[in-house]
Amino acid sequence: MTTFGLRVNGTDREVDVPGMRRLLDVLREDLGLTGTKEGCGEGECGACTVLLDGEPVDSCLVPVCQVAGVDIRTVEGLAAPVAPADAGAGESAALDPLQAAFLVTGGAQCGICTPGMLMAARAYLDAGGGPDHDAISEAIAGNLCRCTGYTKIIEAIALVASASPNRPTGPTGPTGPTGPTGPTGPTGPDQQERPR
Amino acid sequence: MTTRTEPADALVIPPGETVPGRARPAAPYRREGPAKLTGVALYTDDIVVPGAWYGTTIRSTDARATFDTLDLDDGFDWSTVVVVTAADIPGDNVVQSIKSDQPILVPLGGEIRHHAEPLALIAAPDKATLREARKRAHARTTPLPPTFDPEASDHTFAQYAIEHGDDLDAAFAGADLIVEGEYRVGHQEQLYIENNAMIAEPTDDGGVTVTGSLQCPYYLHGALKRGLGLVDDRAARVIQAETGGGFGGKEEFPNVIGLHAALLARKTQRPVRMIYDRHEDIAATTKRHPAIVRHRTGVRSDGTLVAQDIEVIMDGGAYCTLTPVVLSRGALHSGGPYRCPTVRIRARATRTNTPPNGAFRGFGAPQTEFAAETHLNRIAEQLGISPLDIRRRNVYHPGDVTPTGQLLRDSVAAEEVLERAAEAAEFTRIRARTADARRRRAGSGTVPGGPLRTDKERVASGIGLALAWHGAGFTGSGEIKLASVASLELTGDGRVVVLTASTEMGQGTRTIFPQLVGEALGIPDEDVAVAAQDTWFVPDSGPTVASRTAMVVGGLLIKAARRLREQVERATGGPFAATYRAFAATNGALRIDQRFEPYPDSVTFDDDLYRGDAYPAFGWAACVARVDVDLDSGEVHVLEIVAADDIGRVIHPILAEGQVEGGTLQAVGYATIEEIKLHDGRYLNDRLATYIIPTALDAPRISTILVEAPFGAAPHGAKGVGELPMDVGAPAVIAAIADATGVWIGDLPASPERILAALTGQPDMAGSRPAESTTAS
Repeated sequence: MTTFGLRVNGTDREVDVPGMRRLLDVLREDLGLTGTKEGCGEGECGACTVLLDGEPVDSCLVPVCQVAGVDIRTVEGLAAPVAPADAGAGESAALDPLQAAFLVTGGAQCGICTPGMLMAARAYLDAGGGPDHDAISEAIAGNLCRCTGYTKIIEAIALVASASPNRPTGPTGPTGPTGPTGPTGPTGPDQQERPR
Repeated sequence: MTTRTEPADALVIPPGETVPGRARPAAPYRREGPAKLTGVALYTDDIVVPGAWYGTTIRSTDARATFDTLDLDDGFDWSTVVVVTAADIPGDNVVQSIKSDQPILVPLGGEIRHHAEPLALIAAPDKATLREARKRAHARTTPLPPTFDPEASDHTFAQYAIEHGDDLDAAFAGADLIVEGEYRVGHQEQLYIENNAMIAEPTDDGGVTVTGSLQCPYYLHGALKRGLGLVDDRAARVIQAETGGGFGGKEEFPNVIGLHAALLARKTQRPVRMIYDRHEDIAATTKRHPAIVRHRTGVRSDGTLVAQDIEVIMDGGAYCTLTPVVLSRGALHSGGPYRCPTVRIRARATRTNTPPNGAFRGFGAPQTEFAAETHLNRIAEQLGISPLDIRRRNVYHPGDVTPTGQLLRDSVAAEEVLERAAEAAEFTRIRARTADARRRRAGSGTVPGGPLRTDKERVASGIGLALAWHGAGFTGSGEIKLASVASLELTGDGRVVVLTASTEMGQGTRTIFPQLVGEALGIPDEDVAVAAQDTWFVPDSGPTVASRTAMVVGGLLIKAARRLREQVERATGGPFAATYRAFAATNGALRIDQRFEPYPDSVTFDDDLYRGDAYPAFGWAACVARVDVDLDSGEVHVLEIVAADDIGRVIHPILAEGQVEGGTLQAVGYATIEEIKLHDGRYLNDRLATYIIPTALDAPRISTILVEAPFGAAPHGAKGVGELPMDVGAPAVIAAIADATGVWIGDLPASPERILAALTGQPDMAGSRPAESTTAS
């Protein structure tokens, strides 16, 4: 066992675990952050995608010893959580614009790929990605979804990309063809700085 | 009560207003959407249960063998774990299903019938101990000769014969052309992204509570009672956790893993988690049935169908599961949505020594409709008629009669979906262009292998069309036998609560039920709560399968709401919305239980003769696919799909579109890349690295046209939507590949290897057996 200091969603956390323990297990079992899902355990499905210094990474492939000092972001770090919908509670909380867009377009169905999909999309948008269909498809190609056919996921990301106020090039709308075809800007790991 | 979360951003379009790019007002947001989007929704593996042990399954490595002994290594301290064998099963050692032929665990001396069959179970306090114990337990077996060919099997699970019209030979004698063809489809994995998962907890009174990822709480409830020998209905309690996709894969299989978890919990007297990893989930759980479909069709020279003779053989795998019903649906849909005066359909499903096959979206129909549509396209090609025109000539209209003698009374939109899809996709214009290109290539010497071909000519484009029907709800007398109950309760504190066993697995149950009830009661949908799917509290409203939830259970809820409204309004003299809270405060709770009754004017299906109304209504779907085929590599890129689906009434446009888009992409995967390879009865590509499904880069642009031809006997007019798109996508893609290349792929998937083999004239490898035709005298 080794003690690792981790920075998760802007908060410093400590875990005492073997260094080769998967980051996925540390997040889910040691830190109780079960929003990050396991779909295959071998880096194929992307359900466990988290951001490491702003880069989307499959957390099932990363041993915890590699992420000490790295800024880790999970779905729990996108917005303040709400109570499970049918728990009877009347709580509500703000959603990240990306989460809101998924809600509007129907980008989440069963929801199991959604946390990983959101993180991949967040990285794409933070890097200045635009509303271009093919660029978005490329950005989420590592995240499998079996429910949606991807159509409404891409629509959600394009909606945010075209509404984002500080993108490097001007969008022409959700279906506009002229957005940047790939990440162009610097990564923005600090959630406080992302456009609201 | 749920509060809709209003996102903090200006992007949000309030419900009731128009979403840009959509013609209709937006419906309510997915009810559990905020929980899923913030990561707080609890799927089975997310649920923390203090003191829970971890369970695993010891599986066979033989396709067929006698199970002699289970050796436990001396070098391991077996007192640190718990082992369960068939001897520990207190009830019947069967996984309850149609024939209940599948053991929960193979007993010592019993017959192992497939690779990865469960032999024993182990639970341990931690995963490391569990892994070690698993390595130290060895099954000793004596191999037996296996059967892998469904046509050579000596055991038939089910067989049906449907005969319609006059003498078959006479009908064929009157045909101008007779075309024969054989089509084969293989296994397909559901590949929900959440693997099968269950947590079982023993209760003080000897019962068990199982919480898990599942579609059908009452299937598992029945299986637990039987396997554990429980008498009291409340001794077995089943609770659905948030479920990460099902597609049929969590219809009957949860009975197996749920029983396993429950047996371990009972013996350890602790909670036990059984969470499959992806490898185990692919290796051991059910798949879509492989099938062989043979058609012999007589047509007149104008394309009119005069006789269909169809043979369907399905591979059930080692145990029966739901095979008879899958076969039945496959057979009933095997002629396609076309009027034909004389039809013979013979169908059988047999046993092989491969893991059991089971439910998967479409439930037998995608297999047989792929064959029917591809065959019809080949007939059109031989007659020199366009695929659109041959369908116009034969498509069902109201007043036509199906092969079971079912009169199609209303809600028949086959022609409309066909025309709408063809028009929106510009089928005729684009097909003329692709045909010109194909003719140019054929005459230019630049076919594959030709040295003169330029890079520009490397890619061939094609467009293809298919049409399908899908019976909504259970087959035949299924709904009558099921006698589902859905309930609505006005609670003492003035809340309206929906009580059903219909599960949410992404398709939108939890969102549309409050819409339907709210509309019937005249109150906002957000004032309607949905009770958890927990067998202690909700009635058996049947399984969440067969595209029946919106139509059947939704219909029951509307009837229940109408009764509730009437009772309250009669008592209060005022409108429900204004008076129900006061009514509840005065009178206390009021619960309405609504049981299924046969739809008016329906003709009861005769399960023995296969005559009558096979389904209460049919949904209709047309699909036009555009593809590019790389003539050098055989790779197919599906570029664009236009899907037109008649689902009766659209309850929630966004959710309905989502069903069409998702089902369409599963069909594209089925057509092009999804394939299980077998060796000695074992799935070779039993990992996500080797069983591939479409990514966003493989996905076509999908345009959905929702058509509404209401089903008059349902109070809301809705039919199903879930399975319809799965039936029609694959034949449309195969037709587009044929349009691009001139070759027909008769075996799915149309892999690069099969396409190249077909292009270079190796029909056996390609599965492109020529459609043999004879011109009748």
